Amino acid sequence: MSSQTARSNLMALPAIAWLGLFMIVPCLIVFAYAFLTRGLYGGVEYTLTAENFLRVIDPLYAQIFLTSVRIAGLATLFAILIAYPAAYAICLAPKRLQPILLFFAVLPFWSNYLIRTYAWIVLLNREGLINNALRWFGYDGEPLSLLYSEGAVIVGLVYNYLPFVILAIYSSLSRLNGELIEASRDLGASRVRTFWRVTLPLTMPGVAAGGVFIFVLSIGNFVTPALLGGGRFQMIGNLVYDQFLTANDWPFGAALGMVLIAVMIALLLLQARASARFSGETAEARHG
Amino acid sequence: MNERMSKPVLSVDMVVKHFGKTIAVNGISLDIRENEFFALLGPSGCGKTTLLRMIAGFEAPDSGVIRLDERDITRDAPEKRPLNLMFQSYALFPHMTVWQNLAYGLEMEGLPRGEIATRVDDMLTTTDLTALAGRKPAELSGGQKQRVALARALIKRPKVLLLDEPLGALDKKLREKMQLELKRLQSEVGITFIIVTHDQEEALVMADRIAVLRDGNILQCGTPQEIYEQPANRFVAGFIGMMNFIDGEIGTDALFRAGGQALACDLHGLKRNAPAVLAVRPENIRLVSDGTGIAGTVVDVAYHGLDRQLYVKTALSPAPLQVRVAAAGPEEAAARTGASVSLGLNAAACRLFQE
Repeated sequence: MSSQTARSNLMALPAIAWLGLFMIVPCLIVFAYAFLTRGLYGGVEYTLTAENFLRVIDPLYAQIFLTSVRIAGLATLFAILIAYPAAYAICLAPKRLQPILLFFAVLPFWSNYLIRTYAWIVLLNREGLINNALRWFGYDGEPLSLLYSEGAVIVGLVYNYLPFVILAIYSSLSRLNGELIEASRDLGASRVRTFWRVTLPLTMPGVAAGGVFIFVLSIGNFVTPALLGGGRFQMIGNLVYDQFLTANDWPFGAALGMVLIAVMIALLLLQARASARFSGETAEARHG
Repeated sequence: MNERMSKPVLSVDMVVKHFGKTIAVNGISLDIRENEFFALLGPSGCGKTTLLRMIAGFEAPDSGVIRLDERDITRDAPEKRPLNLMFQSYALFPHMTVWQNLAYGLEMEGLPRGEIATRVDDMLTTTDLTALAGRKPAELSGGQKQRVALARALIKRPKVLLLDEPLGALDKKLREKMQLELKRLQSEVGITFIIVTHDQEEALVMADRIAVLRDGNILQCGTPQEIYEQPANRFVAGFIGMMNFIDGEIGTDALFRAGGQALACDLHGLKRNAPAVLAVRPENIRLVSDGTGIAGTVVDVAYHGLDRQLYVKTALSPAPLQVRVAAAGPEEAAARTGASVSLGLNAAACRLFQE
């Protein structure tokens, strides 16, 4: 080993130690817990069993899993539908304005996640801004129950993670070689057809990156369903939370967590592979 | 000349384009004829690419009209113009195969699948790309990409094919091969070509006519031979090929004088008794042995295979004159540094300019 690589290994050591201590080791502990038996008052008993994983596929819990996938999926879909035009608009803006527009897109991140979520309670509740506004415009029926619904949870998730998706799509769009768009027009494609045949396919890596990002963060989320879903229904994150803190069934919570992590890792790997296949092509297109 | 023989397929009429305060194209007018291989030649920033992009429809002129077959297309969208552009970067779609890249333009015309397949396969054969049909652009060499870009534009059977520095990204050997290839293809498909280039040699070899541009204006427009032999001004003279410039003055006796020598040249209406510049190409200076010529000393020799380029210091100009002599023959003895030589200028091939 050369001294160069020795030195770079040495410099990576703190980061590796940090990740190992606070990420890998806890994961391994949770993984081990998933195969143990629950203790009577929390904690675990050291009896090996696979029963926790069998319970995960119990229809009751599988249903919660499916609900989570649906909510995360819808949040992903809406986020992409909102973020793509936003990113596109930022790309069309003059070069010197783009950093400012991106700054505004990311601005909500500067306030606390909980506060941002509570803000939606203010907006959505029966005496909230939206219902008041409707009444002001002459609506005099029963106030709308917007809060504590699946829709409210999706709104909260989309709102909170939208900036990530905008950034991911923007980075893909801004790297797109403008001459490809011109070439498409030159070959007889209208603006719309050019978008579907050239722009969108070549920016799919950004869409995939942003999409996987919000999906992974949404499916494991427990704060937003708790605050905006009002405990009326559960997502997988709430279930894990309950197993550890309410039901005192740590091994089952660990097993649920492991399944969730497995799903996330699978998605991230798929996305990484897809974008690696793509990046060769777009890099080529840029210097081509 | 046969300037008026065929009607123009493309005409550019007093076209002006500004970018902010800088003027890119300053009222250019051009008529390009059917089946012509036309070159827009000039240094970078002369407006040649802007002009090409306005013809293709990617820039809108501030004023002026562009007509294709006598129809005003100035404001038409690029996809509505029956002409195609081959991009300098080739701009091949990276997510499509060679075959799909070629088919794209035909799909946009809404042609039936069967016809698209036939035409793509034919074009692949014409351009010798059949073996590469299934490859993505990332898997092609520079020369192959160039051929795909050309094929993708030609398959649309455009009225006019625009080529933006089509050979710029290729190495010298391949470039020379492709120059002839392009010319062959052009006469084969019978499409008007307009090529943008900064390479004067490329323009001379390929074009039927050349327009030399500088600072948004056309300085001269003519056949390669006209431009090479009768440059309209000092810039064109220096931009095309090798040229010696000798500062001097035209006397009242209509002779050009410099460094104690007098030369009878075609004055073509220049002022007498005024400073002038004489331009003479290296091949129009010869070595004379009878001692009547201009005395000089060889300061450098560059061997080019077929001929030698001598750099001869004389009283005519501060810079040594470039003289081209055959590599083998009676002049060989003079072709060494330090040799004393005597030069004769071919007065008929000299050009005089006044600022």
